[in-house]
Amino acid sequence: MNQKMTIPRFRLPQFVASLGQKLPQWPHSLVLTGALNAALKLKLLPESELALLEDKLFRVRVLDTGGEALYTFRSGLFRPVFQATREPDLAFAANLSAYLQLLTRQEDPDTLFFNRELEITGDTELGLIVKNMLDAVEWPNLPQLPLLRG
Amino acid sequence: MHALPDLVCPAGSLPALKTAVDQGADAVYLGFKNDTNARNFAGLNFDHKSMVEGIRYAHSKGREVLLAINTFAQAGRVADWRKSVDAAVDLGVDAIILADVGLLDYAANKYPQQRLHLSVQGSATSYEAINFCQREFGVRRAVLPRVLTLAQVEHVIKNTDVEIEVFGFGSLCVMNEGRCWLSSYACGESPNTVGACSPAKYVKWDKQPGQMETRLNGILIDRFGDDEPAGYPTLCKGRFDVQGETYYALEEPTSLNVLEILPDILKIGVRAIKIEGRQRSPAYVAQVTRTLRAALDSLRDSGERYHVKPSWQAELAKVSEGNQATLGAYNRPWR
Repeated sequence: MNQKMTIPRFRLPQFVASLGQKLPQWPHSLVLTGALNAALKLKLLPESELALLEDKLFRVRVLDTGGEALYTFRSGLFRPVFQATREPDLAFAANLSAYLQLLTRQEDPDTLFFNRELEITGDTELGLIVKNMLDAVEWPNLPQLPLLRG
Repeated sequence: MHALPDLVCPAGSLPALKTAVDQGADAVYLGFKNDTNARNFAGLNFDHKSMVEGIRYAHSKGREVLLAINTFAQAGRVADWRKSVDAAVDLGVDAIILADVGLLDYAANKYPQQRLHLSVQGSATSYEAINFCQREFGVRRAVLPRVLTLAQVEHVIKNTDVEIEVFGFGSLCVMNEGRCWLSSYACGESPNTVGACSPAKYVKWDKQPGQMETRLNGILIDRFGDDEPAGYPTLCKGRFDVQGETYYALEEPTSLNVLEILPDILKIGVRAIKIEGRQRSPAYVAQVTRTLRAALDSLRDSGERYHVKPSWQAELAKVSEGNQATLGAYNRPWR
């Protein structure tokens, strides 16, 4: 990841969330599972830990955009879930800036958690597995991605 | 003047290890993916492949790798701990950090050439205990528990040839290191037995409107308002009702930060400074390593004129647990 770019802490205005909640949520799930499956294809995620995610229901909620993604892991693939029929096994909630800071390894989840910028509910051990799995990924350098350019 | 202490940084994953090396760690410490180390958390630590790559990376940059086997061999399973010692020697780590005297004896007899460090979990706070480990097991370095004042650390250093390593930054607990059973009281498992304090499977974060409750195996540990900082879900950092008053009855969530007394640490001859936090992410390792490296280099270059930069303190305060950083026991008036 490009270390030179810093993502400031920000919060989108309230109306974005109210608008976002009215929009369909399935595109978020598709984008997220697409990205996770791409990481699977590159063999970035360790198989021993992936087995522990089988059939678990995950929810990622972005508070200030009003968006949320629901997905599960089944038979070797992350799959979007369009209609939740039960409470998720693991749920994350944070503002967009916190997720971006996590993805770029600018902030550590414990820091965000201590500061109450990241909420984790559900199966705590599953949360730790996911966190440690993502921490252990050696992301390939992707300097071409315009989003990540400093 | 003594040589600058080594900066010893935590690595719970390969990216954390590489980050620590890149940001100026002199040594990294890590553990196997099992209960032979005291940070045996789900998904954390190194399998054989990542360990080999980590050691290769650190050594290619001239840094040391210290491997922690710092839990106590459990009855009927001593072979597992011995196998870990064998594997560590096989991997070619620079030192093995041990706490269990039985294992120290095993390692010293079987591998007399292997450098051994006494873990903080070994709970040696006196030079007599440290010199015993030197005489019996050839221990070359001891990591001091975080309960000594700076004057006491100096007293230990003056009375031993064993190198002394102290903690420089990280979350504090009740610091009854290697002897704490609080976690077992709540959930039947503790660092000494399974390699984890308050294992995640017993932890529940319960979000309700306006507040969050933390429970450890059903026991209410703390209740945070939406604007209050949170801490790790351990018994020692809980708020409890004691005779009608609810407060941090054992220990307030706090982080140790020795930047202010770095010149004193150098002066008394501390050999290495350790950063806590193998459970933290590469981002934390980068931030803390970078800051401590800058402080140590500044101390080397400016000597008496060393002063703590506000930017260092800001960087460390951000990643700290609890809303305060302290000098811990180092500057305590009582002993």
